[in-house]
Amino acid sequence: MKSKKSQAVRRMTFVAVSSVLVLGSCSTVKEYQKNKLNDGEMTLGARKIEKTEMSFQTYREGASGANGGKTGGGCGCN
Amino acid sequence: MKRICLSVVGIFLTLFASFAQSSPKDTTVYKSRKLSFEEANLVTSYYRQDGNNSAVTGGIGTEKLTDFSGAIDVKLNKWDRKDRKHIFDFELGIDHYTSASSDKVDPNTISSASHADTRLYPSANWSMENAKKGTTVGAGLSFSTEFDYQSIGANVNFSKKTNNKNGEFTAKAQVYLDQVSLIYPIELRTGGGGGGGRENNYDKTARNSFSGTLSYSQIINQRLQLMFIAELIKQQGYLGLPFHRVYFADNSEHIENLPDNRMKIPLGFRANYFVGDKVILRSFYRYYHDDWGVSAHTVQLETSIKINPFFSFTPFYRYYTQQAADYFAPYKTHTSVEQFYTSNYDLSAFNTNFYGAGFRIAPPKGVFGMQHLNMLEVRYGHYTRTNGMKSDIVSLNLKFK
Repeated sequence: MKSKKSQAVRRMTFVAVSSVLVLGSCSTVKEYQKNKLNDGEMTLGARKIEKTEMSFQTYREGASGANGGKTGGGCGCN
Repeated sequence: MKRICLSVVGIFLTLFASFAQSSPKDTTVYKSRKLSFEEANLVTSYYRQDGNNSAVTGGIGTEKLTDFSGAIDVKLNKWDRKDRKHIFDFELGIDHYTSASSDKVDPNTISSASHADTRLYPSANWSMENAKKGTTVGAGLSFSTEFDYQSIGANVNFSKKTNNKNGEFTAKAQVYLDQVSLIYPIELRTGGGGGGGRENNYDKTARNSFSGTLSYSQIINQRLQLMFIAELIKQQGYLGLPFHRVYFADNSEHIENLPDNRMKIPLGFRANYFVGDKVILRSFYRYYHDDWGVSAHTVQLETSIKINPFFSFTPFYRYYTQQAADYFAPYKTHTSVEQFYTSNYDLSAFNTNFYGAGFRIAPPKGVFGMQHLNMLEVRYGHYTRTNGMKSDIVSLNLKFK
C-alpha cells in the first residue's frame, strides 16, 4: 500500500518536474514565425480523416475520451 | 558622380514615398459581414471486422461486421460589427452496417432487428472568435438515430489565449441523453416481441453521459507545440445492452447486467514537432481509468513526410493496452453469486496494434485541376486485438474551399 503511494508520488513529481522544464523552455513565437506551426498537419488534435477510426476504437475498447472524439451518443451495439 | 548618387537616392525615395501614399492606411483584410462559405469536408470510410467473441452470443461466435460511413460538414462564417468571427458548422453523417452477431438476437427470423441498420447523425455547431480578446465561445447540438438507439447531444465551450498568443486554455462541457430500445434475445423475451412484449414496439430506457474537458495547448518554439487534456465523464442509466447474452457456469442463460453508473477519467497529452522542412512528428498518449476497473494506456505516433509542398505520405502506429473490467468473464465462467456480469470482450483484458499509412494531396491549383477541391487524403489502417479480433479501415477525406 505504502509502496503504491510512493510510486504515485514519484510519478506525479516526475510529471510536475518535466512540465516545469518543458514549459520553462518556451520562447515567445510571433505570428510571422508560425509558418511551420500553422501547417495543416501540425494541428493539435485529431484530424478529420481519423473521425471514423476513433469511432470504431471507442466501441471496440473500454477506454474513450481525451482525444477530441465523442464520449457518448451512438449505440456501438455491434 | 555625387550628383548621380543623389539623383538615384532621390528617385528611390520618391518611388518609395509614392508607394507609401498609394497604400491604404487600413491594412486589415476585408471581412465579410454576410454569411460566406469557408470550407466543406466529405469524410467517408469502409470498415470491416471479424473475430470469435461476440457479446450477442455470450462471448463466443462471429463478430463479423461491415460498416460504410459518410459524413459531410459545411463551415460558414461571418464577421459582426465588433470584428468578431462567427463560424457555423453543419454536419450530416450516415452509417450503414451489417452485423452477423446482431442477427443472432433472433436467429429464427430471416432478418432480425438490427442485422443491418442505418444510423443518421446531424449536428450543428456555432462559435464566436474574438481576436482582440483572444477568446472563443461556442455551442452545439447533435442528434443520432438508429433502429434501437436515439441520442440527443449538446455542448458548450470556451477558450482563452494567453497574452502572447502562444498558449490557449479551453473548457468544454457535453451532455448526451440517449434512449436504448430493450430488444432482448428471442428466447429470453416474455410475451411477444421485445421487452415490452409488443412486436417492433420495444420499451425504451435512458442512458445519459455528462462530460467536462479542460485542455491547455502551448507553443514551445517555432517547431514544437504541446497539449494537455483532462476529461471527466459520468454515465448514468442502462449501460449494458439488452441483447448481450451471458452463459453462467451452471449452463443458465442471462442478459448482461452492468452497474447503472460509470465514472471515466482519461488524461491525454499531444506533442507535434516539425523536423527540418519535410517531416512532421505527431504523438499522442492517453492514460485512462474508470470505476469499473478498466485501466488503459494508448500511444499513437504518426509521421508526415512531405515529398513536396503539396504531397505528403503519413505512416502511423497506435498501441493500446487495457485491464479487464471487474464484471467481465468469458463464456460459462460467471456464477450466480455475482451481481454484475458480462461476456463482452470489449471489456476484457487485451492489447491492440493499429498501423497503416495515408497520403495527402493539396496542390495550389486544386486536386485533379479542380480549383475548389482543395485537398484529398486517403488512409488505410489494420487493427489487431490479442484476443483474435481483426479489422481494416480505409478512409477518404475531400476538402472543398
